[in-house]
Amino acid sequence: MSDARAQILDRIRGGLGRKAGDPTNPAIDRIQTHGKNLIPDRGKLPQDQQVALFIREAERVAATTAKIPHFDNVPTAVGDYLRRHNLPAEVKIAPTERLTALAWQAITVAGGRGEASDGVSVSLAFGGVAETGTLVMASSPESPNTLNFLPMDHIVVISAADIVGDYETVWDRFRERARRAGTEVMPRTVNLITGPSRTADIEQTLQLGAHGPQRLHIVIVDEPPA
Amino acid sequence: MQPTSPNFKANAKAALADRPLQAALGKLAQGFPMRRAEAAARLPEFERLRDQARDIKDHVLENLDRYLELYEAKVVEQGGQVHWCETAADARAAILRICRKAGAISVTKSKSMIGEEIAINDFLEQNGIEPVETDLGEYIIQLRREPPSHIIAPAIHLSLDQVADTFLEKHTDLDPNRAIREPRALLEEARTRLRGKFLGADVGLTGANMLIAETGSNVLVTNEGNADLTYGLPKVHIVIASLEKIVPTLEDATTILRVLARSATGQDMSVYTTFCTGPKRPQDLDGPEEYHVVLLDNGRTKMIGSEFHEMLRCIRCGACLNHCPIYKSVGGHAYGWVYSGPMGAVLIPNLIGMETAGHLPNASTLCGKCESVCPMRIPLPRMLRRWRQRQFAAGRGGFVAKTALGLWAGLVTRPKLYRFLMGLGVAALGQLGSKGKFKWLPLAGGWTQVRDLAAPAGDTFVAQYHKGPRGDQSGDLIRKGWRP
Ligand code: SF4
Repeated sequence: MSDARAQILDRIRGGLGRKAGDPTNPAIDRIQTHGKNLIPDRGKLPQDQQVALFIREAERVAATTAKIPHFDNVPTAVGDYLRRHNLPAEVKIAPTERLTALAWQAITVAGGRGEASDGVSVSLAFGGVAETGTLVMASSPESPNTLNFLPMDHIVVISAADIVGDYETVWDRFRERARRAGTEVMPRTVNLITGPSRTADIEQTLQLGAHGPQRLHIVIVDEPPA
Repeated sequence: MQPTSPNFKANAKAALADRPLQAALGKLAQGFPMRRAEAAARLPEFERLRDQARDIKDHVLENLDRYLELYEAKVVEQGGQVHWCETAADARAAILRICRKAGAISVTKSKSMIGEEIAINDFLEQNGIEPVETDLGEYIIQLRREPPSHIIAPAIHLSLDQVADTFLEKHTDLDPNRAIREPRALLEEARTRLRGKFLGADVGLTGANMLIAETGSNVLVTNEGNADLTYGLPKVHIVIASLEKIVPTLEDATTILRVLARSATGQDMSVYTTFCTGPKRPQDLDGPEEYHVVLLDNGRTKMIGSEFHEMLRCIRCGACLNHCPIYKSVGGHAYGWVYSGPMGAVLIPNLIGMETAGHLPNASTLCGKCESVCPMRIPLPRMLRRWRQRQFAAGRGGFVAKTALGLWAGLVTRPKLYRFLMGLGVAALGQLGSKGKFKWLPLAGGWTQVRDLAAPAGDTFVAQYHKGPRGDQSGDLIRKGWRP
């Protein structure tokens, strides 16, 4: 194996006409600087317009959205959604205090990872990207990534303050969080989600709900995160 | 798979007569290019992003050894393992070793062109492990035991009825009289069946759209979410990727993502873009316990620094297929291996040899459409010409082509004789062609079988030029006997 490694690296250096152990290494520089490339103008709007753009773009790819003033309104927003789609009052929620501490009233909730039997899940986004109406989900003990894929209906709660213009800002937030916590930049899994699951593999006919959720509902909370 | 590329001509002929295939290709020819154009138009910066995407990959290739070392270190630091493999056989063996160690019986798989390239499914099956393709299109062609006919839409060649027939034939435990002749019913049936497979799998095998040196992550792009159930549920996640998939940073990956989906399906962003980094973290409730990257060379390092170097920028978006007049006429299977279209015609001879794949670079009109839409600005026509030159140099042109070119080469160095003979030939052909066209011509049967050839108007260009109104400077040069 390590022999294969040496052979491969040698062939690359040979092809490039370079010797092993060349001290200059532009690769290290580029990684350390992680400079931004061109960011499309539509990702550079002021914050209030970003939320509006996020909603437009998310709806363009068949997600639905709702805006609520406070975190306390999340159970009501979820209840509305369940009623609208005639779904049982039962949801699997991400085991984070921000969701588990809410008063869920008539809705039966269980916290944990996603299971095959879950019909509806509710999770919390790390961020949102206005440019394309994309949700950023970061895996953690409080945010198991199976919740994003196993249920038919996925409800995602996001603070308006976490909606940014471009992906680059999200990466900076990951780096900043890692620097403060002394961890690696990336959690095990980061899912960028742009609309509900779909396929066009049968006669190029677009159908929603291929393997992941058939519906994606985004609840935007105006109140800044605690 | 055993390549059938040497039979390109016969394959293409069969494809042209295949009605469901022609209907599917007709649809593709309308849909994909239109959606790509719309997506590009929606983003004013699109062309500049293409330039940057090209520059990023050029920079990576110039420093590929360095980035691979940095990437590996980052994967290992986070508890993952990298398996360097020179050949397809090495990669198959590495995957089998990991599966055996995990005691795997069942492996779910999300679409991977490298998986196709190394024919991992057949190999796992031979070794008593069940491989299950989970991308809907891949699942369909796995049931039919066919290779993909398009790098991003593997079952594009099939009609709804063909898919329904396949399900009826293969899902024998279900009611044979069930109504499944509509897309939703087929999707539901596949979704239900694959759910069971996802939940029961011991190992999840995915490809990678990119590998990020900065973070040691692999990027997975899908619309269905199948890749996410593939890596997310089993105990072991194996990533299989070719080594040119490296990009330096998250920002660089982002730039490439901005051109990838737009070029591929005309979406601004695919539904799921996932970054996997190492195995699950200590307190995580889900995710794999082991994370392996099988890093494949399989002929690519030989392309570094060669005239095909730039092909390694390819991000497998499929735009060059969707816009290629040849691909749109004969589909992917005619190319006889797992890749197809212009990118296939350049890449396949590099990977399996000119002897086997020599026909493919000739399957092009060199119209240049592929290069004009390639997000990575790969000069595909130039590379196709390179293969043709190499082929000719190796004495592999057909007898007719070689003799004709030999004669022509002899004649062009004698302009007087050349013009005299051309004048004779053109006049004769002009007389022979009935109603301005030929239905048959000696040595050109391949052309006239399927279409007419316009007959010359009875005079050569140079002769007409001399008769007509005198033109500009360049005309003067020609009249004075100037030769380039
Ligand atoms: S050659 Fe260019 S257009 Fe073709 S698949 Fe590769 S990146 Fe896409």
